[in-house]
Amino acid sequence: MTEPLLQIKHLRKAFGALVATDDVSLTLYPGEIHALIGPNGAGKSTLIKQIAGNLAPDAGEVWFEGRDVTPLSTVERARAGLGRTFQISSLAMDYTVLQNAVLGALGRRGTVWRFFRPVMRDADLRARAEAALHRVGLMDHAHKRTADLSHGQRRLLEVAVALTLNPHVFLMDEPMAGLGASGSKRLTGFLDDLRHEAPILLVEHDMDAVFALADRISVLVYGRIIATGTAEEIRADPLVREAYLGAEDAA
Amino acid sequence: MIQRETLINWALFALLPATALIALWMDEPFIITLATKVAILALAGVGLNIALGLGGLVSLGHAAFFGIGGYAMGILASHAQSYAPLMQTPVLIEGTTSMPVIWLVAILASALAALAIGALSLRTTGVYFIMITLAFGQMLYYFAISWPAYGGEDGLSIYVRNGFPGLNTLDPIQFFAVAFVVLAAVLFFAGRLARAPFGLALAAARQNPERVETVGLAPYRLRLVAFVLSGAVTGLAGALFADLNRFVSPTMFSWQMSGEIMIFVILGGVGRLFGPVAGAALFILLEHVLGGLSDYWHVYLGGLLLLVVLFARGGMIGLAAGREVAHD
Repeated sequence: MTEPLLQIKHLRKAFGALVATDDVSLTLYPGEIHALIGPNGAGKSTLIKQIAGNLAPDAGEVWFEGRDVTPLSTVERARAGLGRTFQISSLAMDYTVLQNAVLGALGRRGTVWRFFRPVMRDADLRARAEAALHRVGLMDHAHKRTADLSHGQRRLLEVAVALTLNPHVFLMDEPMAGLGASGSKRLTGFLDDLRHEAPILLVEHDMDAVFALADRISVLVYGRIIATGTAEEIRADPLVREAYLGAEDAA
Repeated sequence: MIQRETLINWALFALLPATALIALWMDEPFIITLATKVAILALAGVGLNIALGLGGLVSLGHAAFFGIGGYAMGILASHAQSYAPLMQTPVLIEGTTSMPVIWLVAILASALAALAIGALSLRTTGVYFIMITLAFGQMLYYFAISWPAYGGEDGLSIYVRNGFPGLNTLDPIQFFAVAFVVLAAVLFFAGRLARAPFGLALAAARQNPERVETVGLAPYRLRLVAFVLSGAVTGLAGALFADLNRFVSPTMFSWQMSGEIMIFVILGGVGRLFGPVAGAALFILLEHVLGGLSDYWHVYLGGLLLLVVLFARGGMIGLAAGREVAHD
């Protein structure tokens, strides 16, 4: 088998007595969608933060494209090619939709020390930004102020900004949240294709999307991964049924 | 379509030289001097606005750069006045009365100071950042007071205004022209800066630093460069202000000075290109008009500031032109 692009090795993070990440290891291979599911408070966001570099783990390592990126900052990991979207939209709210996308294209280019020429007239940055907006279907709203977007549109803009970065790996924290049924279905189709550009580590609550998309699923409960496998394997796993899916059946 | 803010900006821009020319015609040199003061103080505000408006960095220590610019002028000119070289070893450095040279020294010295102060202060945010910039300003204030070589508490008087090639700077209208052209040039560059790639990233870091990090840009570096540019512009304003008064004293370093520069920006409109011009003009107008009625005119200024902060967040420019339009 090929080498994993992203490899998490025995990650551990505790807040006092609460162990939020307990010896977590997982891998992401080229071309796959690896979904991370788990009940609320299982430590999914804490894990994502450690992979993206916002939070330093107590122990363990994050390997990306064959090197240990654990000591690298968020900025350095983004530059290395880790494209992240946030659970709660994290955008420049006073900017237009297009400006947010151009910001991503600018980050991708990496040379920000230009003090004179208007950035919005940079044909190259604009083309990259508009292409990303077009792909998620936000081009009609390009000149809207981001704060005036609906919740679902903001989620799509998050994805568009990640696209402008041309990342080697996508790290998506609940991209479907708040999208509604049709939007969610549309994004599912989009991510289905996107995996061939760069693999996706997908944290998601929308189980229809997860089971439709994921090549592999890992189930996180109380900071531990209790099972990893294909959709069928996860559905059949008694531990998962008890800890997670079972709880939904009962409810 | 030209936006309303652009029209207001041009009107404000034309108002200063119009005032100066009318005053010249009416033979009122004092009014010309007031207009010059507005131009110079607005310049200091334009400097602060790069850090405060664009970068969201609430610096209460910009008097440090204003003072450094002032003392750059004072020290160079006083050595030229006394014919005593500034330094003899290892290289001979003499004083000068040439404005362009003084400006260059003022810009470089205040930029260096901003680099050092910024590098330390920008590791903190919020109220700690305000306190640290304030502390640096106060350090320089007390340093200036206790530095007898350049007048200490009494400051330094310069008897003849420094020269600009081809101009008689002692003529009020000619010195006004110098200050106004400098302000215009800096406004032009500040306007371009806000729309340039750097400006886009800097203002994004103000709105959401996490977003900027996620696209692979480091907010700290953006802010540090903004702080240096900001300090350099305010330093240049300091050199001009010292030349206007032909006098430098530690009060240029005082925290009241930092507060006044911030008031220009807030009154006029934080982050609006012409905000500091409107703010400084209003401040000087109030000082002149209300100051004639009462020594305690700051009471009214305080009331006005309160109204602006409570009801007109965009300052005067915001009140006249509405909310800032996201431009692309």
